Amino acid sequence: MRQNIHFVTKYINNFKIAQNIKLNSEYFILELLCPEKLSEILPGQFVEVLVENSSNTFLRRPISIFDVNYENNSLKLLIKIIGDGTKKLSELSINSKLNLIYPLGNSYSLPNCKDVLLIGGGCGIAPLFYTAKFFKNYNVNFTLLLGFREKSQVILQKEFSELGKIFYTTDDGGFGERGNVLQHSILKNNNFEKIYSCGPEIMMKNIAIWAKNKNIDCEVSLENLMACGLGACLCCVQKTKSGNKCVCTEGPVFNVNDLLW
Amino acid sequence: MVEIDFNGLKLKNPVLAASGTFGYGIEYSDFVNLNDLGGFIVKGTTIDNREGNDYPRMTETASGMLNAVGLQNKGIDYFIENIYPKIKDYKTNILVNVSGSQIEDYVKVAEKVNELKAIPGIELNISCPNVKEGGMAFGTNCESAANVVKAVRKVYKKHLMVKLSPNVTDITTIAKVVEYEGANSVSLVNTFMGMAIDVKTRKPKLSTITGGLSGPAIKPIAVCLVWKVSNAVKIPVCGLGGIMSANDAIEFLLAGASAIQVGTANFINPKITTEIIEGIDNYCKINSIQKINEFRML
Repeated sequence: MRQNIHFVTKYINNFKIAQNIKLNSEYFILELLCPEKLSEILPGQFVEVLVENSSNTFLRRPISIFDVNYENNSLKLLIKIIGDGTKKLSELSINSKLNLIYPLGNSYSLPNCKDVLLIGGGCGIAPLFYTAKFFKNYNVNFTLLLGFREKSQVILQKEFSELGKIFYTTDDGGFGERGNVLQHSILKNNNFEKIYSCGPEIMMKNIAIWAKNKNIDCEVSLENLMACGLGACLCCVQKTKSGNKCVCTEGPVFNVNDLLW
Repeated sequence: MVEIDFNGLKLKNPVLAASGTFGYGIEYSDFVNLNDLGGFIVKGTTIDNREGNDYPRMTETASGMLNAVGLQNKGIDYFIENIYPKIKDYKTNILVNVSGSQIEDYVKVAEKVNELKAIPGIELNISCPNVKEGGMAFGTNCESAANVVKAVRKVYKKHLMVKLSPNVTDITTIAKVVEYEGANSVSLVNTFMGMAIDVKTRKPKLSTITGGLSGPAIKPIAVCLVWKVSNAVKIPVCGLGGIMSANDAIEFLLAGASAIQVGTANFINPKITTEIIEGIDNYCKINSIQKINEFRML
């Protein structure tokens, strides 16, 4: 896995919208065709999207890469509608253009152990889809655990189930086990050696504490507010044991042992 | 566009990248040929390592953003040892933005930068709104502005650009004082002090409560201040504040600036500096402008 991102070339390009798939009232997927050969993308990396025609959206929006297809040079973004910017993105029509800076950030590391667990919550499932696919190619034995608020929020069930073993929690138990991801029974009956997580900060913090107690190595992906995405503005910093680090270039993936959580 | 003599600083075009928005240049080298730029100004550099302010230190606003980074940098010695060797061979003007909390700090940093052969000038930052001590305090008072420029002028022998704060009653008086104390040019404006509150949580959106507003939201005010200052002083003015396009840059040149800086726009379009250079070039061809001083309001 890459260590120093400054040596990896970044690009800016107008992608063409191949598909805009509405999953439910909140989530949608954009499939974007790259006008040239797509550069190598690592699991956990993200893009900076330029939102046009939204007067309230001044800065680009950092969005995780959900899936990559090198055969047709496309990538997919799973996006949750939060404000005007993401609303505008949800309204993009097929064949329209979307300007991206990519690929950005470091990546989840390839595990050197047998049993790994990928835990996603809400929109945090986005980078875990490509991560799981990537791990599958490297014959990593992984289990997916996804948490949602309620049954109606559960998305991409079929797509995720095709990747491997998968378990769910919902707050009310309407789908999968009841409670939050840390309350799921597979955590009691398994000996996972590494955890990869993305989701709400409070969820990742609790996972980090749990993993540290159990002596399990754990990587999380952060989504601090960001401007440039290139390590120039120093707005997205996260406090770590070795000082402030840019989430955009030195993250978004951090080993929880480096964080002050 | 012919070369510009910016009071001794030879610029191949009037476009510089603004401090704090362009890292050390290297961060943008996938998007911009740094040699094409008139110059770039590296991020605010202090005598010692600074961690900056707590997160959150940025929030988006209508046509702009508020930041409160607070001069995070690893200090001048780290710059000299680790960054300078990587950037010194670029064929463009690399200026160091010199920041500090006390006059002695500014002087020490300026002395060290004076020894760097590939750095033809400094931008003295007496206008950072995001540090508790020093920073903007120096640039909002004639006496302290005079004192810091005088002290740095004694030790710094190359081009001394002073970056002015717009958070003053009359920016022209500060500009005149700075000119009198020996500055070779002034750059303006730094960010306007601003504030944003989250109505849900009823808390300020920045950890420092207030921050500096940049982006196109401030452009008309910046153009106005550039126009006022360029009529008040003889030294050249480097104009900045919300420049997002070549036309924005040309507005500043028409208002009296001899060069411009592109800041926040780098975050949205990392290639914007090159695009602005091309745009100004085209404008000059169409309007038969051959020298920077031919940019004049009609």
